[in-house]
Amino acid sequence: MQQQLHSHTFDNQLTLLGHTMPWLRSAAFSLSTPSGCIHDPGDLPGLANFSCEMMQRGCGDRTSRQFVESLERLGVDRSASVSTAHTSFGGAMPADGLFDALKIYSDLLRRPLLPEDQVEEGRMVCFQELRAVEDDLAQTLMMELRRRVYPEPWGRAPYGTDESLQAIGIEDIRRFHQEAFLPKDTIVSVAGLFDWEKLKDHVQSILADWRSRPTEIPTGALPELGVRHIPHESQQTHLAIACPSVPYADENYFLARAAIAVLGSGMSARLFSEVREKRGLCYTVYATLHTLREKARLLCYCGTTSERAQESLDLILAELKRLAEGVTSEELDRVKVRLKSTLVMQQESSGTRSSAMAGDWYHLGRLRSVDELSKLVDALSVDRVNAYLADNPPQPMAIVTLGQKPLETPDEILPSSA
Amino acid sequence: MKFCHHQLDNGLDIVAEVNEQARSQALAFFVRTGSRDESDNNSGVSHFLEHMMFKGTAERSAEEVNRELDAIGSQSNAYTSEEQTVYYTAILPEYQDRGVDLISDMMRPALRTEDFETEKQVIVEEICMYDDQPPYGAHERCMQAFFGEHPLGRSVLGTVESVTALTPESMRAYFDLRYSPGNMVLVAAGKVDFDRLVEHAKTHCDAWQAVETSRNAPSTLGQSGVHLRVKESAIQQYAVQLSAAPPVEDESRFAARILATILGDESGSRLYWKLIESGRAEYAAMGAYEYAGAGVFLTYLGCAPDDAEENLACIREVFHEVHQEGITEDELLLAKSKITSSIVLGSERPSGRLFSVGNNWIQHGNHRTVQEAVDFYQAVTPSDIADLLAKYDLLASTTYLAGPLTEWEGATA
Repeated sequence: MQQQLHSHTFDNQLTLLGHTMPWLRSAAFSLSTPSGCIHDPGDLPGLANFSCEMMQRGCGDRTSRQFVESLERLGVDRSASVSTAHTSFGGAMPADGLFDALKIYSDLLRRPLLPEDQVEEGRMVCFQELRAVEDDLAQTLMMELRRRVYPEPWGRAPYGTDESLQAIGIEDIRRFHQEAFLPKDTIVSVAGLFDWEKLKDHVQSILADWRSRPTEIPTGALPELGVRHIPHESQQTHLAIACPSVPYADENYFLARAAIAVLGSGMSARLFSEVREKRGLCYTVYATLHTLREKARLLCYCGTTSERAQESLDLILAELKRLAEGVTSEELDRVKVRLKSTLVMQQESSGTRSSAMAGDWYHLGRLRSVDELSKLVDALSVDRVNAYLADNPPQPMAIVTLGQKPLETPDEILPSSA
Repeated sequence: MKFCHHQLDNGLDIVAEVNEQARSQALAFFVRTGSRDESDNNSGVSHFLEHMMFKGTAERSAEEVNRELDAIGSQSNAYTSEEQTVYYTAILPEYQDRGVDLISDMMRPALRTEDFETEKQVIVEEICMYDDQPPYGAHERCMQAFFGEHPLGRSVLGTVESVTALTPESMRAYFDLRYSPGNMVLVAAGKVDFDRLVEHAKTHCDAWQAVETSRNAPSTLGQSGVHLRVKESAIQQYAVQLSAAPPVEDESRFAARILATILGDESGSRLYWKLIESGRAEYAAMGAYEYAGAGVFLTYLGCAPDDAEENLACIREVFHEVHQEGITEDELLLAKSKITSSIVLGSERPSGRLFSVGNNWIQHGNHRTVQEAVDFYQAVTPSDIADLLAKYDLLASTTYLAGPLTEWEGATA
């Protein structure tokens, strides 16, 4: 398995990753540039997202329409997104279109037209996204929770505000593109049917002469933590809880991940079983490990009708407390089988593999083979998971609710030093 | 790739597309039943029953079902539509026997009264959840308005009232009638040992009693009209529009999907360039969906309330134009390239092939390879599109609006 994984860092500090999967007919790439919304200037939130939108409006000698149509002729299923740390562009396609698609995207990174006459259209698109989030109550809730539990700028969402979107001009976008889209720490991750040496030569020819400049991430205020209620005339009350946890690069990551899976992932998870299956209090309830590079949080979510929301919240808090007492070997065995199945199934999709590799490189600075990940999962034992939980009992640091009425929350939820 | 088929004496079909190169496998029961097979007395029962199928059998408690699904590392779920209910799982090949044993056993549920009452609350939560989410029930309500008394107008979720009124007895009666082996298919895709699959299925399914099932599938072109639901807390305005399209029996459904791609694909379509790229709408997309006896072109719009009228006029203009002037050769080529690519990408995973193989078997009673599916789309000509447009009027539509707007000209509540 090991020989199918490749990495190469060019002189300009751009890294190319490859996983050759000759059993597939497709190829997929993921371009991650270190230009996420943490790089938005304090007075112009939403600039990274607006810039990402504008970069897709023509590049090199292609207009906006030619850009879209040339990719569609290659059968590229394309995506673009702005996260906390990255602006990412992705594409999955029948394998013979890979090199042509990468050439088009190298132009997008280096030579976007950023057409002034389309700024108003781009601004409208960003406003539409902002409005859409406002109608998505679960997303609104989780955005507020992340804002409260990570230090600035790591808890940000990429959408900006009405005022900032209105204020952003083409010069801001051009400057952001020049300053934030750089080869240093950019990751080009490719998975699927291709030849590694030919890919390396191709990327050498289109991206290796791109020049680098240093960037800095601003640091800001510590997280607010605590409790917040967002009033909304909805039928359901949405509630979310955050506790400190460990990031992907931490040696205890898989211990934390396994414990959180026992709590809230899968059909036999404790939250699903206690809140939904036994009592019928909700349709959706889960817990997940949300990880940035330096910090991570255990996040729980539940959507439940208002009159049952208090009971749901109390149950989830009780399950968080009970988790500190440890997991059983049956619970852990189920989690291990599920983690390993996911690893195998990942190899059946070029798209999933290319983004997983980009994640590995960002968090660890190296790739993890399936064998290595399998060994990490095999090494999970009840003793190790429970020792970790005993040392790190989940302690809620913030609760956000959205719905008709606020809920009663425990007094001990106080700002911690996380 | 090898296609295998076996039928048990009681009429249960077992089909598999075996791919020795695959690393995983996917299994499913497709049941030919959904909201169109319900009546006023049991509205929502198909979907509620889908939930109850996870609540245990004579052999297993609800907790045991959930634990075993996780213990074999499965990614499992189920869904209910107007005309089918599907239970599916993706697993590694070494868990095939346990997977087949488990999902086969699940198909003969205990339907215990105490579980029924608890799960009823979960269904109510699900109904409330969708009512808080865009497009605020506009899709189901538009189906109701478009199809009227036709069975396809029945809601999949039902209402809080109809679900609350359901009894365990009526659910058991519905189950006995609809989950007859001849009305179900066991489908597998990926790295599958077909002989073992049949052997294990037999031990569980051979004893299932066959009863006569039927479905009422009259043809219809639907109704026209405009309806408005006020949702004060919403920020954006949402609209769902339906017009008639070819039914599942009609070969022109391939042309219909190509036309929908040209007009309303999420990227690069006529609606995309007019409404999305310009930032006039959050989304504006169109798809073609086919059912037994009837089909629909479904158009979705989400935008600022003040722009809704102009945007709907723009969509009408796009439809009017294509009726007048047809499509270009270049648009046809581009649509074929997109559809081909998405079929190829979607078929790489066994879980992707599972749905193509299962849907095709339950709708047409045959198997189509990936290449055959691609060929059907590649064969569509501009004159096929012209014939389609002559037969189906995109402008004869029902529109359902939901959002903060309190008035709309000509709209009924």
